[in-house]
Amino acid sequence: MNFLEQYNYWIVIILMMSGFYIVIAHGNLIKKLIGLTVFQTSVFIMYISMSKVTGGTAPILSEAYKVYSNPLPHVLILTAIVVGVATTALGLALAVRIKEAYGSVEEDVIQEKDLQQEGSQE
Amino acid sequence: MIDHLPILQVIVPLLAAPICLILREAQLVRWFTLIASLFAFIISVLLLQQVQTHGTLIYSLGGWDAPIGIEYRIDELNAYLLILVTSISSVALLAAGTSLQKELTERKELYFHVAYLLCLAGLLGILTTGDAFNVFVFLEISSLASYTLIAMGRDRRSLWASYQYLIMGTIGATFILIGIGMMYMMTGTLNMYDLAERLPEVQQTKTVFTAFAFFMVGVCLKLALFPLHLWLPNAYAYAPSIATVFLAATATKVAIYVLLRFIFSVYGFEFSFSHLPLKEILVALGLMGIFAASIVAIYQNNIKRLFAYSSVAQIGYMILGLGIGSKTGLVATLLHLFNHALMKGAIFLALAGVVYRVGSVNIKAFAGLGKQMPWTMAAIVVGGLSLIGVPLTVGFVSKWYLVLALLESNWWPIAILVLVGSLLAVIYVWRLVEAAYFRPALQDSAPYKEAPLMILIPTWILVLANIYFGIDTSFTVGLSEQIAVSLFGVNK
Repeated sequence: MNFLEQYNYWIVIILMMSGFYIVIAHGNLIKKLIGLTVFQTSVFIMYISMSKVTGGTAPILSEAYKVYSNPLPHVLILTAIVVGVATTALGLALAVRIKEAYGSVEEDVIQEKDLQQEGSQE
Repeated sequence: MIDHLPILQVIVPLLAAPICLILREAQLVRWFTLIASLFAFIISVLLLQQVQTHGTLIYSLGGWDAPIGIEYRIDELNAYLLILVTSISSVALLAAGTSLQKELTERKELYFHVAYLLCLAGLLGILTTGDAFNVFVFLEISSLASYTLIAMGRDRRSLWASYQYLIMGTIGATFILIGIGMMYMMTGTLNMYDLAERLPEVQQTKTVFTAFAFFMVGVCLKLALFPLHLWLPNAYAYAPSIATVFLAATATKVAIYVLLRFIFSVYGFEFSFSHLPLKEILVALGLMGIFAASIVAIYQNNIKRLFAYSSVAQIGYMILGLGIGSKTGLVATLLHLFNHALMKGAIFLALAGVVYRVGSVNIKAFAGLGKQMPWTMAAIVVGGLSLIGVPLTVGFVSKWYLVLALLESNWWPIAILVLVGSLLAVIYVWRLVEAAYFRPALQDSAPYKEAPLMILIPTWILVLANIYFGIDTSFTVGLSEQIAVSLFGVNK
């Protein structure tokens, strides 16, 4: 059935949407970052799965193999994974600093403290 | 050497960043960063000259030609923006030493310069590369560096602003990644020039439409198009002053470049504007941005936030010009890109001077500053007049072309709305003028001195550029027209 043949894309979409939902719905900064990572990972899976050729092997130049997968998207996604790791690391570092400065990693507490600060300056 | 200019443009700041870490000595790092940035500026000027004499420059990385290797492709559009980014970055760095001394500790200052150079390298990389995936990578380099720059502000709110920017910026970048992946899926190439050739064959597929949609939304998040601008005001308001100058003048402009590049050079004008209601969407969002952001700006008491909202409004003007979809409209967009960088650069640099002396950018602190800091305030006033679009300033030139383009397309009601939008700018600029010139100084404070020379000089360089390019328009208008012709010409 066509619907199940492309199950990899369904996995991508489900992961992407759940990651996106976590980013939007959760107030905890760490949970938001986890959601962001899930969101990014879903895109990596999209790239990796789209370049896989059914029955293909690794791209080795040899007489024995005729069918192989496309290596380029895999390489690209290696770069994107590095970028993702860097983003997560920076986000976590910021979360640590926010915890030090505000004493909390909950979005609503931080916003409340910001409002108080602005109020006292007026 | 001269053959390798396109790659040197990116390599110089990219290598300068780690060298800063070796130098360590604050004074040394400052000069080194400035020299690296000036070097990049000289390269960009040479590049523009080369492009104008020899046409599009193509540089194959490592000697591998285009479809297999990565190529850097420089035409007039890239060269124009390269000059803009490198010149603003050099002027901002002139003032950086003095301003940062006050706002950051010496240790942090070192890291500030490293992040600044990385951000510059990322922006220049986006501008030079001819490879779609490279755009994503450089975009993330510049974004990660700018999150760091913003987080260095003195106020703890800068951390929160940076975090929010990180979340939204990463979502935007991931959308761009999805778009590029889908384009690759359909065409098997990442080279922009190749993409442009192969996309028309698969134009009607849903995948290409989806790719286009994801890409556009991602880029619009990065360029802070209303209503995707929510990260911008806090990020600009709480970042260190110099970081605000640099980011406000360049980062969003580079994102607009990516938008232009993909609409015109990759997808083609035909596809972007006739198959999809992009025209209507861009015009509507542009107009909403102008009005919503200007009105919010009027109610801001933090002056940096006020001008940050004004930036969102000005981006609305650029997008509106693009949405008209005519050559004159594109000229208006390109002009405003350049001119807005000059205005906002001048205003935020002057505000850096205010932060240096007064330590606050609340509108109350501005009372009586007109007499105490005449040169700084005059710079803000000229910048403000330019924002409004008063003749003899650059703002007038770009608004003139925008209104001209609207009238050419017979969209006169929108032309009127644009003029009304400018009146809103009068209100928020006037609030500042009124506070600075007509309110008596606060009694309990000693009179403030004029901002230090090292901040005033770069500010006035930009202010004079504001006036110069408002009178002699041959460089900006001439080049914008050339670019518009070539962008439209490719697809005809």
